Amino acid sequence: MAEAATHGEVHRHPAPTGFIRKYIFSIDHKVIGIQYILLALTAVIIGMIMSVLMRINLSWPGTHIKILETLFPQGAPGGVMSAEFYLSLVTMHGTMMVFFVLTTAPQGGFGNYFLPIQIGADDMAFPVLNMLSFWVTFVGFLVLCLAIFAEGNATIGGWFTSLGQAWAGGSGTVGPIGGWTGYPPLSALGKIAGPGQGAGVNLWIISIAIFCVGSLLGALNFITTLLNMRTRGMSLMRMPLTCWAWFTTAILALLSFPVLLGGGILLLLDRLAGTSFFIPGGLYVSGAAVPSHTGGSPLLWQHLFWFFGHPEVYIAILPGMGATSHILSTFARKPIFGYRAMVFAIFAIGMLGFFVWGHHMFISGMSPYSAVAFSVLTLSIGVPSAIKTFNWLGTLWGAKIRFTTPMLFAIGFVSLFVAGGITGLVLGQTSLDFFFHDTYFVTAHFHLVMGVASIFGMFAATYFWFPKMFGRMMHEGLGKLHFWITFLGVYAIFVPFHAMGMLGMPRRYSNFGEYEFLKNSHGLVLFVTVAAIITVTAQILFYFNFIWSAVKGKKAPNDNPWEATTLEWTIPSPPPHDNFAGIMPTVYHGPYEFSVPGAPKDFIMQTEPEGAVVEAGLGDTSGNGGNGHKH
Amino acid sequence: MGRILAIAIWIITVASLWMFLSHRWWFPEAISEHGPRVDRQFVITIIVCGIAFAAAQIGLGWAVWKYRDSANKQRATYSHGNNRLEVIWTVVTAVVFIGLGVMGQRVWASLHLHAAPAGSYQIEVTAQQFAWNVRYPGKDNLFGKTDVQYIDDATNPVGLTDSDPNGKDDVVGPTLVVPENRPVEIVLKSKDVTHSFWVPQLRFKQDLVPGMAIHVHFTANKVGKYELACAELCGMNHFKMKSYMLVLPQKDFDELTQLAPAQFQTKKNQLLDSYQLPQY
Repeated sequence: MAEAATHGEVHRHPAPTGFIRKYIFSIDHKVIGIQYILLALTAVIIGMIMSVLMRINLSWPGTHIKILETLFPQGAPGGVMSAEFYLSLVTMHGTMMVFFVLTTAPQGGFGNYFLPIQIGADDMAFPVLNMLSFWVTFVGFLVLCLAIFAEGNATIGGWFTSLGQAWAGGSGTVGPIGGWTGYPPLSALGKIAGPGQGAGVNLWIISIAIFCVGSLLGALNFITTLLNMRTRGMSLMRMPLTCWAWFTTAILALLSFPVLLGGGILLLLDRLAGTSFFIPGGLYVSGAAVPSHTGGSPLLWQHLFWFFGHPEVYIAILPGMGATSHILSTFARKPIFGYRAMVFAIFAIGMLGFFVWGHHMFISGMSPYSAVAFSVLTLSIGVPSAIKTFNWLGTLWGAKIRFTTPMLFAIGFVSLFVAGGITGLVLGQTSLDFFFHDTYFVTAHFHLVMGVASIFGMFAATYFWFPKMFGRMMHEGLGKLHFWITFLGVYAIFVPFHAMGMLGMPRRYSNFGEYEFLKNSHGLVLFVTVAAIITVTAQILFYFNFIWSAVKGKKAPNDNPWEATTLEWTIPSPPPHDNFAGIMPTVYHGPYEFSVPGAPKDFIMQTEPEGAVVEAGLGDTSGNGGNGHKH
Repeated sequence: MGRILAIAIWIITVASLWMFLSHRWWFPEAISEHGPRVDRQFVITIIVCGIAFAAAQIGLGWAVWKYRDSANKQRATYSHGNNRLEVIWTVVTAVVFIGLGVMGQRVWASLHLHAAPAGSYQIEVTAQQFAWNVRYPGKDNLFGKTDVQYIDDATNPVGLTDSDPNGKDDVVGPTLVVPENRPVEIVLKSKDVTHSFWVPQLRFKQDLVPGMAIHVHFTANKVGKYELACAELCGMNHFKMKSYMLVLPQKDFDELTQLAPAQFQTKKNQLLDSYQLPQY
């Protein structure tokens, strides 16, 4: 069967006919990819609204917001956010963004859609598993949304309260208040630890656990597909860098999500079954001793969480790196500089990413000796990151750049990746964490690098592949306007965060007014709020462009409007159900053969037969840097 | 478009560098022995970061300016890379980054990989949801036993037992008082959830984890009154879990710690009122 699939004589499943099998419970990787993208586009709206609400609370505490009063009469009495309401926004903003935006769109979305096509496969290795991975993830999303209302709404909270003490709801927040990292004992003790610690936390843990299962199914599928279903001539070193990125990401997901899943189950047991994995003995909480727990370790959770959590930041950004490499090369009209170095760097980042989780825990009470080891390893992860940056610049050097919207976002990615990544040199040092740990310096670092850089990768990917996915172009003018506001906007938001960090401003404070040492931050905080509101509002341009272009946009002039080289540009837009209409392509070249001297055009498709190239008097273009397969 | 983008990238670069170079938003003054060494390590690091950041952004801007389509009618250069360059920049970054990483352990090691110096004054800090309990051993320099069953938030926040005579002169209050130029060893504990001890001027931060007694030490070297904040999310009132750290001249400190609990509290409150927070 694998043989038949690889060589593509027979597609394993016929095109569905009914609406439900075609668009809802579809097993077509392209439909599933779009479903993931739509899920991310929905979740990111919730995440952005939450960030604007947080900014409003920080800059204008006491603001009356009518809609909050209507939706959450307990948490925002009179439409004014309480401190605990703010903290639940912090938690849910992080959870939404990290899991349901940064993990879904880059991998489940674009990876699902384009990995099989770029390697010349007719679908994923396990199409039904693929469908399940999306729908499991979607259920996780619904459960997370339920957590918002289980804590925020007295009626819905009431349904849960009847399940028992640990399920009490309706506390007037929009979820747990412990941050997306959910450190126990705060997250494990239940109602006695304060508001937002009842049904909301249980549902939050369950949502993440479900998400872990969905991601695992997806990761298995990606790895199997890439290893087994490459078409004739598609050697590993002829794969587009996007595929390398998705492959590495899948390995990270496969190895890290199970650990979070295990941690989540233990945390839930601590809450519901009276176990003590994370709760030590001798606690005294809210005026009463807690004799029911003994022997647990709060640090154990931190280790389990960050063993997942650090690879997770690479899960978020590696696909963006892949897309950026791919798009830079295409619009620079130049082969990627140092393809092999790029592949090794992706792998090195991925693997080193498993040995540095302790840098989140320098001041946690962990052994200070292991902190030293984690710190030095952390700094060394900057090396492959720098290699990637150098190679992107090398790709642009001597190029003939076409400034399309996807190219602008890809260049923006490089700029933001450097800006965000470089402060890792500060935060990775134990001695500097004495000051910077849990300040806005950290918030600046990870928002720039894993947040907006990843998102820029995805914007680039959207504008780039839109004509393939929908057969229509996105509007260039609107796209460029979107780029300019967003590019300047995200810098205006996150660069001042460093300055707040310099003042020592702690994260996760709902109000800075209590401290004299923060009184000089007023101007900065207000500046960021204004920038955030403008930048978030500008995203309407993107949504409008996306929807309008899908329906009414200019038809793509041909199957390959960007004059790119990889396999997805050899097939119709949108691609047919079985991608290659049963005739599997043969690959003769590396993925980035642009501006080959003597070739008739400035790009050579991967499928262009070798003979034609030889006749045109070309050298070896079969691999990358002369290392490809010879025929 | 290439030229506008280049200029935008350069403006962002200059603005970002200015934010650090202007010193308008900078650390509060350091008041501990190790503080200036932390600051120095930061300055070295931020210079390296600034150079790398500026070089990458200027290079990126230069590339999009110079190699824009309209300026260059010929085809792009056909190159798959250059192994020599790859080796050079890999080695250079490895040396710089890892070298920085090794340097960045020095202050850490001097505080955390060594026991507190002999003669350190012992203090215990127990955090709870949204308050700090600082315990001094009193005249006998010995801490009394504590037990969770004796805890009463209003009268006995750390749970001193009745039976232990060593605890009779223990003083418990929200303010941390330390001597100038004498090392202190602090035992950090928590009654409920994880908190974090954070005094920006001290350049010191350490989590307080329930179930653990974490021993740390430092030496404050500037008399004054400073804010003590919680830096680990601990619940709804995390943002106002505030207290003060008072650094006293050794003589004043010695006098204070010889006092019986009631007089200690009165004297400490007088001292707290007599000092001003630094000007920010």
